[in-house]
Amino acid sequence: MDRRAFLRKPASALTAPAAALAESAQQTNPPAETISPYANKTLPTLPRTNAGLTAYTGAWGAAQAAHLLRRCLFGPTRAQIAAAAGSTLTAVLNGLLTAPAAPAPPLNVSATDTSVPIGQTWVTQAFDQNFEGVRRSSLRAWWLGQLLADGTLQGKMWLFWHNHFVIELADINDARYGYHYAELLRGQALGNAKQLCKDVTVAPAMLRYLNGNQSTATAPNENYGRELLELFTVGKGPLISPGNYTNYTEADVQAAARVLTGWRDNATTIAGYYTASRHDTTVKQFSGAFQNQAIPNGGDQEYKTLVDMIFGQAETARFLVRKLYRWFVYYVIDATTEQNIIQPLATQLQQNGFNVGPVLRTLLASEHFFDVVNVGCYIKSPLDFSLGLLRQLEVAQPTSANVAQQYSVWDYFNSLTNLQQQYLGDPPNVAGWPAYWQTPQFNELWINAVTLPRRNQVSDALLTTTGVTRSGFLLIIDPVAWVQSLPAATAQDPNLLIQAFVDVLMPFALTATQLAFLNDALLPGLPDFEWTDEWNQYLAAPTNVAKKNAVATKLRALLKTMLSQAEYQLS
Amino acid sequence: MKRREFIQTAAAGAVLPVLLNGFPVAAYGQDNALLAALVNATTQTDRVLVLVQLNGGNDGLNMVIPLDQYSGLMTARPDIAIPQAQVLTLTAQTGIHPAMTGIKSLYDSGKIGVVQSVGYPTPNFSHFRATDIWTSASDSNVTWTTGWAGRYLDGEYPGFPTGYPSTQNPDPLAITVGSVVSNCVQGPTVNMGMAIASTSSFYQLLTGTVDTAPNTPAGHELTFIRQVVQQTQVYTSAIQRAARAASNLSPMWPTAGQNTLADQLKIVAQLIAGGLQTRIYCVNLGGFDTHALQVPATGSTTTGTHATLLGKVSQAVEAFQDDLRRLGVQDRVVGMTFSEFGRRIKANSGKGTDHGAAAPLLVFGTSVNPRIHGQNVQVPLNAGVNDNVPMQYDFRSVYASILQDWFAVPAATLTTLFGRAFPYVPVLRAGVATGTAAAADLNVPNFSVYPNPVRERATIAFDAEGGHVQVLLFDSTGREVRRLVDRVLPRGPQQLPLDATTLAAGTYYCHAQEGPRLSARLVVVE
Repeated sequence: MDRRAFLRKPASALTAPAAALAESAQQTNPPAETISPYANKTLPTLPRTNAGLTAYTGAWGAAQAAHLLRRCLFGPTRAQIAAAAGSTLTAVLNGLLTAPAAPAPPLNVSATDTSVPIGQTWVTQAFDQNFEGVRRSSLRAWWLGQLLADGTLQGKMWLFWHNHFVIELADINDARYGYHYAELLRGQALGNAKQLCKDVTVAPAMLRYLNGNQSTATAPNENYGRELLELFTVGKGPLISPGNYTNYTEADVQAAARVLTGWRDNATTIAGYYTASRHDTTVKQFSGAFQNQAIPNGGDQEYKTLVDMIFGQAETARFLVRKLYRWFVYYVIDATTEQNIIQPLATQLQQNGFNVGPVLRTLLASEHFFDVVNVGCYIKSPLDFSLGLLRQLEVAQPTSANVAQQYSVWDYFNSLTNLQQQYLGDPPNVAGWPAYWQTPQFNELWINAVTLPRRNQVSDALLTTTGVTRSGFLLIIDPVAWVQSLPAATAQDPNLLIQAFVDVLMPFALTATQLAFLNDALLPGLPDFEWTDEWNQYLAAPTNVAKKNAVATKLRALLKTMLSQAEYQLS
Repeated sequence: MKRREFIQTAAAGAVLPVLLNGFPVAAYGQDNALLAALVNATTQTDRVLVLVQLNGGNDGLNMVIPLDQYSGLMTARPDIAIPQAQVLTLTAQTGIHPAMTGIKSLYDSGKIGVVQSVGYPTPNFSHFRATDIWTSASDSNVTWTTGWAGRYLDGEYPGFPTGYPSTQNPDPLAITVGSVVSNCVQGPTVNMGMAIASTSSFYQLLTGTVDTAPNTPAGHELTFIRQVVQQTQVYTSAIQRAARAASNLSPMWPTAGQNTLADQLKIVAQLIAGGLQTRIYCVNLGGFDTHALQVPATGSTTTGTHATLLGKVSQAVEAFQDDLRRLGVQDRVVGMTFSEFGRRIKANSGKGTDHGAAAPLLVFGTSVNPRIHGQNVQVPLNAGVNDNVPMQYDFRSVYASILQDWFAVPAATLTTLFGRAFPYVPVLRAGVATGTAAAADLNVPNFSVYPNPVRERATIAFDAEGGHVQVLLFDSTGREVRRLVDRVLPRGPQQLPLDATTLAAGTYYCHAQEGPRLSARLVVVE
């Protein structure tokens, strides 16, 4: 997408010195390989399922609960899977679709930012380029921290909208705008897509990111108008004549741009605002793709008319539903899926006025979603992988009692996911992460010879006996504690405890050969009863370091083997 | 060379206390010739060490059998002891399990050494903990998270894995044949080794699984990721190249799948012969945790679970040595067995043995000192249930001696690696350590003692090269009892008479040495 790369402002001119280091590391060290030579050359044509949106009424147990939660959370814990399995699908979805209370805003954790004391929020303070770098880090850390803690669908949908209505923190260069934008997305994460589109259109971050703030009647800037149509709503269809992309035309881009003239961003109020004198007051005529509708001057309300018109097109709902499908199910949408899933969900979305929650419920409660064909085929994003590791293996986290540690740990994980090619707050361009749109590779773009070892390095580091220390806080996988939290009869039986790890870490059941392989990783050359013996010896003397180390070493070897399996990259 | 860059960078930065064989590198300038020599000092060697782990705790008393302790042995373990008549004798006093005919044969041809009663003070009876002790080489009451061979390799290849593989070091530093990489080669930050399960199927080799992915979307993505996993194993192509470059030659290898240790050693032989520069290989055989029925419920105690296991060890090592010889690489390889502990002297009521302490280990190869180190286990006449075999040799003595003689590791480094100095055990033949020649060239040609056993007189024969020759006779404790020649002999066949009439009956070692060449034979005086 050279055009977008060209349109991006040079980051160096915008980035504060404090942030330059982190940003330049990202930009001057392009990975040696960006697309694996093994990734799809064409879209896979494997058999999909004919199962449709009929409510799933099959078996409900740990396997089904785990499948649902893996797609809805950043790595469900053993306790979350067990609780869901003991409940009902409806009740679990009720919980997932209930957004948690709004979090407190991000806090200053750096002595660099002298506008507020450490531990207080900077989001309402005046802009200062000298503080921008640390505030941006704070925002990014806070955001990741919210995703890490989230137990509902809000987190996954928050990231979905970030990947959909993209802005880049490095480009807008005002972390306060970034916070405003993030809160906007969070607030409507499970809410109304059309309202969110309207709000984003005049959000200061977006006005700055896609140059809406420069768009005037005499010099309309087409950037936002184009992305609104191409990426945010109706999508680009086949080119059927010069300048005609089926769902919109070049003239429609220009007309939309004129509708949106007159908006600017106010760095004092952190808001978009309308200036009538900059607005094009003429009638905007749209093409046959929009039933030749015309939008007369509507002043500061005119953008809403535009969004309503676009959302009135059936293709807009289909476009959004396809993106949701790829986010939650799989990237291949064949004709059957288009007919059985996409169209009915699009109809539901349009008919309910673009409330996303009910549509997600239909999809996630469907026979289609629970069909075995759709289990375990989703390649984890870097955030899925990294946050999932922390959550599933219950890596202890610092609490809000020590915000410096908390933000330091979150910041560290942002650096790790950045190395894995997903940096919260900075998708690579306005189209979002290519893993969700670049055909035919899609999700496979996350995994290549550079990124896969980086994933393994994260799990390896947390699996060492010394872990990783950030600001005095030790991040470490404690496999003994994890096993000790299992029922006693499970913990002392090597095959049951391996199965307990498999149930949480792996996306589907392993074969007998694989389970035997894992048993050998835990107990090389030893009979099963020796695990029981060693484990019970540890339990009898839990403060005996040697006895604890004895079982810990074996469990680390088991986990290292499990986490290096290809299956662990799937969800 | 990355190692050089690493050290030079560190030296230039002058912030890290980089020590090289005890010398602070920062003390030298970058252009200093001595430094240049030192930083290029990654030991040049084509020698290979093979570690054979016998998982579960091997019953050493039924493997290396004290023939002079049979009354105690039959009292302590009447249900499981090997009938004395069936023991394969290595010496007059010491025999080996009848299932180990291959080991017996190798011993007779000078390719096996036995180290008696290897252990450590305050033995631990937990499999996990004892394994950690043996692989880390820590004291019993201390936890070390690195492996002894890993520390050695880390010293040789600092900075690994950053910058590896390289032109100078294209191959894995260590290889575990099996599912899980051995803790022996765990380095300070990363494991220095890689695990492979097969040289032919890299799918299995790298993932440890053989089940193909299903023809579903999940299977499609699984296969994709597995392909990337293979691609990211940086040593894949090096291993494939080595595997292609050589084929196993010995007809002694058992059919694949019958003896997992043999299957593993077969891969090791192939990779060594294929030119892989890997220094350390780890293989293992499980099942030695013989609490019950280590011998059959009915029938001969020379058969059953433990006999089968020892038979596998014997068969595997014999085939390995035969293959190495045929492949022309036998002089580059030594191996040793170890197990996390031995077992109790007294058998339990279930025809088995419980977790014990010290046990014998075997060293094998053309370069080993083909003798029995140490004394027979002294079996109490009425062994109690908790009686254990006491250690004679600390296992770290064996490790350190092998590193010293085989990889020329200096004493100061050994002290660093193991926390302190341990007594030297000559498990490798004198001359191996210093010689640059292959072990075959270190033999005194055609050295033999006949007849053997000796009644009154014997002849010691060998070919002299025209240099100073020393022929000595030691008793089983290592004490010199006879100096048969100690002067320059003319080139050509030599024969020396040995008068045994004044020697006490027993086992002796006859050493013949000329310059770097040394050969030894066991001589039994009746």
